[in-house]
Amino acid sequence: MQALYAQLLVGLINGSFYALLSLGLAVIFGMLNIINFAHGAVYMMGAFVAYFLLNLAGIGYWPALIIAPVVVGIFGMFLERTMLKWLSGLDHLYGLLLTFGLALIIQGVFQNYFGSSGLPYSIPDELKGGMNLGFMFLPIYRGWVVVFSLIVCLLTWYLIERTRLGAYLRAATENPTLVRAFGVNVPRMITLTYGLGVGLAALAGVLSAPINQVRPLMGADLIIVVFAVVVIGGMGSIMGSIITGFTLGVIEGLTKYFYPEASNTVVFVLMVLVLLVKPSGLTGRAA
Amino acid sequence: MTAITENSIPVTARNTKDEMIAFGLMTALLLVVPLTGVYPFFVMQALCFALLACAFNLLIGYGGLLSFGHAMFLGTAGYITAHALKVWGLTPELAILVGTAGAAGLGIVTGVVAIRRQGIYFSMITLALSQLLYFIYLQTPFTHGEDGIQGIPQGHLFGIFNLANPTILYYVVLAGFLFGFLLIFRTINSPFGEVLKAIRENEQRAISLGYKTDQYKLLAYILSGTLAGFAGSLKVFVAQNASLTDVHWTMSGEIVLMTLVGGLGTVFGPVVGAFVIIAMQQYLAGFGQWVTVIQGVIFVVCVLTFRRGVVGEIAHHFRRWL
Repeated sequence: MQALYAQLLVGLINGSFYALLSLGLAVIFGMLNIINFAHGAVYMMGAFVAYFLLNLAGIGYWPALIIAPVVVGIFGMFLERTMLKWLSGLDHLYGLLLTFGLALIIQGVFQNYFGSSGLPYSIPDELKGGMNLGFMFLPIYRGWVVVFSLIVCLLTWYLIERTRLGAYLRAATENPTLVRAFGVNVPRMITLTYGLGVGLAALAGVLSAPINQVRPLMGADLIIVVFAVVVIGGMGSIMGSIITGFTLGVIEGLTKYFYPEASNTVVFVLMVLVLLVKPSGLTGRAA
Repeated sequence: MTAITENSIPVTARNTKDEMIAFGLMTALLLVVPLTGVYPFFVMQALCFALLACAFNLLIGYGGLLSFGHAMFLGTAGYITAHALKVWGLTPELAILVGTAGAAGLGIVTGVVAIRRQGIYFSMITLALSQLLYFIYLQTPFTHGEDGIQGIPQGHLFGIFNLANPTILYYVVLAGFLFGFLLIFRTINSPFGEVLKAIRENEQRAISLGYKTDQYKLLAYILSGTLAGFAGSLKVFVAQNASLTDVHWTMSGEIVLMTLVGGLGTVFGPVVGAFVIIAMQQYLAGFGQWVTVIQGVIFVVCVLTFRRGVVGEIAHHFRRWL
């Protein structure tokens, strides 16, 4: 049973990353009509910024948790202002191709300087060690990642669904021209939205650094799984992305325990099943 | 719900006479390659990728469906052909047939799933499906995992043509390429191709005119996958191996890149794009990982400033002068 609980925990952690990443993808898609293929690359950049902060400036985990998403978010806004902006009005596919190119560039540059092996990033002192819960041993850092991710996801949901800024955002998704007529600076909102989505990915990167090490290709395969998660959940609802992300992580964890050979493929197989039964995705509107 | 492409994949006006001349020129050029002393393996490899990109282009250029998983057809057909040659000891023509049929079967199975969604979702689904296959091939024994299938005997095509001879192999690959190219050319000029274009421009309207658009899209997808598989089978004879790199998503990305550089939705664009990208990889091989970066830069530059691609741009300017 110990092993089962351990795999469940790993599943919950992966689920946290799926949720944070698919949430960002959904927010970006809502405003920019772009599927951000560079999402895996910015996730990796988040981890690398944390690594640089620690090793070059001696700035530890806690400040990095804020600084890295902000730095990468600003980088994202720069990309939006200089490139993605010019794609508005064009087919969705061009956004996918452009961000795929950006992902190749970012990952290629990091691979040149850091190879493909992992760089260690140690767990902060406050979160070292573990707790014995009676039925299992819980490493504190892993518990922290799950709880913190969940809080960030719910805060993002609150921001978009329950605040005035979120209302503007949702309105601009429905009808940007009308919202502009009301005096809202929609282009700036689009830039900030892209920054927010990218920042969430970078935050996931920082969280994963102590668990998965810091590698240039850490986001490359992950993003494909997240795409499958997005197809399963649909991008229509924020809460849908969060729930789907965590659920699929747990299912993947269970598969690792019961049938490890299929743990790499279970999300893709589920995607096929969902497409056959409910093509628009579990929470999605028809697209 | 909007049309799949919102008219923004550049539609290049076509002229059948120009295309015939271009086709004649291309064939003539390719026929004399062995006499010129150009490294034949480079051209053979480029021809395989050119056919692959043409098959991909059938789907995006005329059906408006961007597949981000076309490497799965290349890799699957390659593995089956290699296995048939090496383990089953089949003759080359049968091995190609089996490999291509395998790709067609894969096209049917994945197509039924993938065409359930459109636009951006279609791309994500095809990418995920190809990643699923990648993991399957990583684990099944017959693909030999990371090593791939190596040392494949080339044999005699129809019992006559010795494929170990580079010149003979070159003409066989060229014949295969021209066959595939003409089949695609015929398809896009057929009533079926016209319906595909109608679906690309406005699927709702095509549905209201009574076309079962899903069936058309599925058929186009299967045809595209089969031809991509045919290219993969031919490539086995050139490379004499079948490995995981052919199924990886980076390969799917390269196929997209070739077509984008040459010109989405142009007849000759994918051929030009394939030669450009393969030549680039050849010359820049010494730069290691920077090749990936350069490919990324080409993606970005093409999307931002050069959406018609080489051939599309040429056709566009020609028209302006006339």
